[in-house]
Amino acid sequence: MTETILEVKDLEVQYKTELETVYAVNGISFRLNEGETLGIVGETGAGKTTTALSVLRLLPERVSFIPKGEIYFQGQNLLEMKENELRKIRGEKIAMIFQDPMTSLNPVMTVGEQILEALIFHRAEKAEKAELEKRVDEVLTMVGIAADRKADYPHQFSGGMKQRVVIAMALACEPELLIADEPTTALDVTIQAQVLLMIRNLRDRLKTAMIMITHDLGIVAQTCDNVAVMYAGELIESGTAEDIFCAEKHHPYTEGLFGSIPSLRVYTERLNPIAGLMPDPTERNPGCKFAPRCPKVMAICRSSHPEDAVENTHRIKCHLYSDGITDPRKEEERL
Amino acid sequence: MILAEQEESRILVETENLKKYFKVAGGQLHAVDGVNLRIRRGKTLGIVGESGCGKSTIGRTILRLIEPSGGDIRYEGKSIINLNNSAMREMRKKMQIIFQDPYSSINPRMSVIELIAEFMIVNRQYATKAQCFNKAAQLMDVVGLARRLANVYPHELDGGRRQRIGIARALSLEPEFIVCDEPVSALDVSIQAQILNLLMDLQKEKGLTYMFITHNLSVVKHISSEIAVMYLGKCVEKATSAQLFEEPKHPYTKALLTAIPEPDIAMRKKEIIVIKGEVTSPINPKPGCRFAPRCDYCQEICWREEPAYKEVKEQHFVACHFSG
Ligand SMILES: Nc1ncnc2c1ncn2[C@@H]1O[C@H](COP(=O)(O)OP(=O)(O)OP(=O)(O)O)[C@@H](O)[C@H]1O
Ligand SMILES: Nc1ncnc2c1ncn2[C@@H]1O[C@H](COP(=O)(O)OP(=O)(O)OP(=O)(O)O)[C@@H](O)[C@H]1O
Ligand code: SF4
Ligand SMILES: [Mg+2]
Ligand SMILES: [Mg+2]
Repeated sequence: MTETILEVKDLEVQYKTELETVYAVNGISFRLNEGETLGIVGETGAGKTTTALSVLRLLPERVSFIPKGEIYFQGQNLLEMKENELRKIRGEKIAMIFQDPMTSLNPVMTVGEQILEALIFHRAEKAEKAELEKRVDEVLTMVGIAADRKADYPHQFSGGMKQRVVIAMALACEPELLIADEPTTALDVTIQAQVLLMIRNLRDRLKTAMIMITHDLGIVAQTCDNVAVMYAGELIESGTAEDIFCAEKHHPYTEGLFGSIPSLRVYTERLNPIAGLMPDPTERNPGCKFAPRCPKVMAICRSSHPEDAVENTHRIKCHLYSDGITDPRKEEERL
Repeated sequence: MILAEQEESRILVETENLKKYFKVAGGQLHAVDGVNLRIRRGKTLGIVGESGCGKSTIGRTILRLIEPSGGDIRYEGKSIINLNNSAMREMRKKMQIIFQDPYSSINPRMSVIELIAEFMIVNRQYATKAQCFNKAAQLMDVVGLARRLANVYPHELDGGRRQRIGIARALSLEPEFIVCDEPVSALDVSIQAQILNLLMDLQKEKGLTYMFITHNLSVVKHISSEIAVMYLGKCVEKATSAQLFEEPKHPYTKALLTAIPEPDIAMRKKEIIVIKGEVTSPINPKPGCRFAPRCDYCQEICWREEPAYKEVKEQHFVACHFSG
């Protein structure tokens, strides 16, 4: 029986400045089971990082607000926790990897010292110095870096190596949930392949639950069990990887995303991009957020906000499916 | 014979043993090291390779925005390497460049229409300034910028629209050849697709020739007729787009192609060729094949001798001791 490790319910996040309010996350709900990987995919400004920072309670103070929602981690509501309780959870139980590895690395400490510090900081029980040193060597070896490089400083490492150190540090404490925010976006494709393979192997071995945030549908397809597509602060479609990559019925935005990426297998003369731009996040309209760009827009879309249409694990937030999703593929299976 | 001549005449831009070395603290940095390329009129040559392999340097060197350290560059068969400044300025009207972030190469205090008219005014492309602005307004239509944005400043615009300004500027002197240096790399996929469609439409309409630089392999496959794969300043493989993806021959190209995460869950079981290690330094490179330290097929000869860049199949060139 798989247990839910994280459940987000109807979360809203806003950034308030003197001039305006940015509606960054607008009522999202999702659930993550132990050992599973959820991909959150979306374009710039969709609210992916904001979602991740909310779970860690690391949103910037004063400017950010959570007017609504609950975030349960192992049954406890993180939004009601005190800072000292949260500190224990961060790093020890939930770890995060950012796109820029230097966010997590100290430029004036050696790589070895930083891993050691991470180990000490999150270990309740006391350990011998020699034993900890041995653990540092193991951690480095685990991510494919020779242990004798632990005396080097971050700047002596390439981008891919730095990112591997960060991943090593995050995993050294064996967290139960790992949130990776675009961990390979800054890396070259062959190095990205190394890092993704490493994340996948470590995750499988340690049975860590993971949220993989990315704008790359390829990375999602290759690493995730479940997928949530985010647009303008909403999850407009979600389901298993099969629902997103194999089913026939999709949200028009998801279709637009797939139409925008050139295929490696099929030759296409022209791409089918989505017209227009993302909506202004400071504005709130009553209808569907995608209506201004949607090729299938109907009158109702502009006036009323669509509910999720649900078929088993597959959810689509679109008026086109108000009578249900009824995927012909699944219909056939049933007959 | 006649065929061969026709073939020759269709080549617009050609480099021969092109080199660009930078003097750095540690010695000579071989950014581009003896590259032979031919770009056919009206076609797109894609240049792919990882960060630092010399893609931007080769693009800029071809336009002589940076002076080459050796080798030759020919435009319509004539060497442009010794052209003086004024002749080169004339030449540059035919050869333009589009950058990844157009914002870094423009004056932020100029409005959209001023930016698009700038080259035309400087080069006295038309008799009056008014004509230049008129033409700039037409170019806004061509690249899909609403005319109401004419007096807006670039910082007020999103990345996709800024890139449209970059494209309009590059088109303003009616060039034949455009180096596109990662023009869509900073853009979201939905905007990236809009810009790729625009570039392909313009090519068809105006018969433009592109050198398209990118590290994105699915983009390069989509837009290019031919693709050159670079590794540490060298072109290691070149073939037609279809041929390269069907029959990659160089060990580096093979690894590169399997490393692409494809948006298809059926490909999860795909065997990834993980190349060991990281890209080595281009400063004072050792003799032999540049890829040797990371190559699984490496033999003793690879450390000793640089592999020749040879045609292993029609129009398919590879530089490896063990392919073809
Ligand atoms: N500190 C902040 N103050 C004000 N607005 C912010 C702040 N951080 C983020 N935003 C806004 O919130 C929205 C969501 O941003 P977020 O960073 O979560 O998006 P994202 O999906 O992670 O995008 P990207 O792919 O670019 O990383 C955007 O409109 C962004 O401009
Ligand atoms: N002006 C310069 N002085 C010294 N070295 C330089 C200079 N310009 C480029 N280089 C070096 O030349 C090599 C090739 O750089 P180049 O910018 O052409 O690579 P690239 O393939 O375009 O990389 P990217 O994908 O990161 O844009 C790199 O090692 C770079 O550090
Ligand atoms: S609800 Fe309407 S506008 Fe929104 S995606 Fe569906 S069809 Fe398009
Ligand atoms: Mg983000
Ligand atoms: Mg470059």
